[in-house]
Amino acid sequence: MPAELVLAIFLLPFFSFAIISFVLRPFFNHRPLLSGYVTIAAIGISLVLSIWALIEVSGAPHHILQMPDYEWVVIGDTVIRIGVTVDALAVVMLIVVTSVSLMVQIYSLGYMKGDGGFCRYFAFMSLFTGSMLGLVLADNLLFLFLFWEGVGLCSYLLIGFWFHKPEAARAAMKAFLVTRLGDFGFLAAILLLYAKTGTFDIGELQNLALTGAIGGTVLTWAAIGVFSGAAGKSAQFPLHTWLPDAMEGPTPVSALIHAATMVAAGVYLVARMFPVFASSTTAITTVAIIGGFTAIFAASMGLVMNDIKRVLAYSTISQLGYMMLGLGTVGVGISTGYISLEHGLALGVAVGIFHLFTHAFFKSLLFLGAGSVSHATGTFDMREMGGLRKAMPWTFFTFLIASLSLAGIWPLAGFWSKEGILAASFHYVPVLFYLAIITVFMTAFYIFRVIFLTFGGEYRGTDQGSHGLHESPVVMLVPMVILAILAVVAGLLPINEFLGGESHSFFGALSHPLAWVSLVWAGGGIFLAYAIYGAKWLSAASLRQRFAPIHTLFSRKYWFDELYENLFLMRLLVNGIFAALHWFDDHIIDGAVNGIAGGTVAVGTVVRRLETGQLQAYGLAIFVGILAIVACVFIFS
Amino acid sequence: MGVGLEHFLILSAVLFAIGLYGVLAKKNAVVILMSIEIMLSAVNIAMVAFSRYSQSITGQVFVIFIMVVAAAEAAVGLALIIAIYRRRKTVDAEKFDLMKW
Repeated sequence: MPAELVLAIFLLPFFSFAIISFVLRPFFNHRPLLSGYVTIAAIGISLVLSIWALIEVSGAPHHILQMPDYEWVVIGDTVIRIGVTVDALAVVMLIVVTSVSLMVQIYSLGYMKGDGGFCRYFAFMSLFTGSMLGLVLADNLLFLFLFWEGVGLCSYLLIGFWFHKPEAARAAMKAFLVTRLGDFGFLAAILLLYAKTGTFDIGELQNLALTGAIGGTVLTWAAIGVFSGAAGKSAQFPLHTWLPDAMEGPTPVSALIHAATMVAAGVYLVARMFPVFASSTTAITTVAIIGGFTAIFAASMGLVMNDIKRVLAYSTISQLGYMMLGLGTVGVGISTGYISLEHGLALGVAVGIFHLFTHAFFKSLLFLGAGSVSHATGTFDMREMGGLRKAMPWTFFTFLIASLSLAGIWPLAGFWSKEGILAASFHYVPVLFYLAIITVFMTAFYIFRVIFLTFGGEYRGTDQGSHGLHESPVVMLVPMVILAILAVVAGLLPINEFLGGESHSFFGALSHPLAWVSLVWAGGGIFLAYAIYGAKWLSAASLRQRFAPIHTLFSRKYWFDELYENLFLMRLLVNGIFAALHWFDDHIIDGAVNGIAGGTVAVGTVVRRLETGQLQAYGLAIFVGILAIVACVFIFS
Repeated sequence: MGVGLEHFLILSAVLFAIGLYGVLAKKNAVVILMSIEIMLSAVNIAMVAFSRYSQSITGQVFVIFIMVVAAAEAAVGLALIIAIYRRRKTVDAEKFDLMKW
């Protein structure tokens, strides 16, 4: 495969962005659909090229294609070279990003129809897709960081797409600042690694970590710094607060950026740097614990949300936690010696990225379904929905498939990837396995709560009336159906083996007791949701009353927003450090300037008395002065 | 005893001192102007004396120039005094204190 075509994979969407921004938006604004078609064409070609790359890579030795690299920056003797990595991990990510992006762009044609910012929307979406593909392909940490910030920027722009809404503008700012906090650690880690090794190249860094050329505290801190960037992007505890608020953006944006791709970039980064992480027990244990904790922590908040998109947002955080858990537990297995290094490195990446792969399809489908529902009802509040099964059969059907997949029901995609993670944590870190299995129960419960509240029962909305309910247009349904098919079969594709993981046979997976444990827990969650919200054997209201403290804890999101905003932001930063800096500015900096000015004025007030305005007095002074000079000349010469 | 260079220079110095005293001490602006003329004349005397004793014509040329400039200066100065007199009805130099703080 020619190198130019690999570069075209991520350059095409950038090109589409340029065309929309500089040609279509200024000159063809009266035909906004054009920008959508350009975007879809660019991403469609990228998808075809990605599939080609996948085929090439699967035939190549060691699943890696040799690509030329280019000189990027030359500073004196320092040369920074950039290039692209085309290996199994990269092509799987390419397939995820391009296929989900293509589906979301087609869906957006219908969803964003009539919006005043149609061109702007597709321009940003192109820019995002290009940056994300670049991030996946980059073989150099500095180059990767460039795209890393690029997707962050697009996320900001698209969350705040309806910037005239104060909540949207606020949410965009929050997302930007919180992820920036993590990126600070990432950048510090990049610089630390460069200072110690003199290279930004990921492949070289991996080799250096594996051979032990870098190690100890440096490696641990670098890995933790990289992980802080990953945690910010992937909304892991304690930087998780931005993702639920990011739901203020258009729903297709949530489906693409905040479910399938950008938030998964953190997981991808950890997978890409996996040898570095696996070389530090502290770092990889941190990844595993944060991942496992985030999974259950976010799921618990998802149990009680009333906004359908927020439930999905917490679900995304929770599933991203799963991916981190998968990577982390295998890494712990490597560092404790339960598994050989060579086997473990491939297995860890396979476990984490396989779940990323399947999750991308069913979670973006869930978001598209939520968008379709709100297209009909005009709201995201599940209390004003209900009974949509009859009005929207296609949406219901695809949403149900995605939900079963998310819950991990055999033989849908989610089952296979979740099994891998559960098995890894069961074998290497049993404590985290128990957290994960409780999360399985919670996941099944909250997603079926959504199903029963949204599609079951009777319509509870007031403003529109039942006659206003309608199925979404075909242009929105087709991508949903395609994604639904992927949500069924993605787990059966040999992606896991391709990445180096263990293969499972279709029925053979069921012979493993672990599979039954997770299926029973998932079934229990579905049954409990049915009992409360479907059949109403248990009253949701009385349960809420009985467990009032827990319900409050969950629905107030453990008071993390308050903790961050009131304690850290207001008390510590605004009233503490910023107030001190303000005082310093007012009294020391301004004081010095004002003091000098005041002193000058005071001296001037005294000295100006000498200026009498009498010319003759001045003349006398000149005369005396000349005499003095002459006297000096005579005395000293 | 003949008249030497020092006699001319002493005359010049005396005239200059008288002129300087007049400029610094007199109140009447017209008198101040006249005193300036005296100082210029003192300089001219010194110039001519040096010119004569150093056998060089240059000093005398300068003197001619100085007399021309002094005439012009006197005209301008008197015009200023008349203008200020029309506004203020006085030529007292101590009353001219516009440049005061």
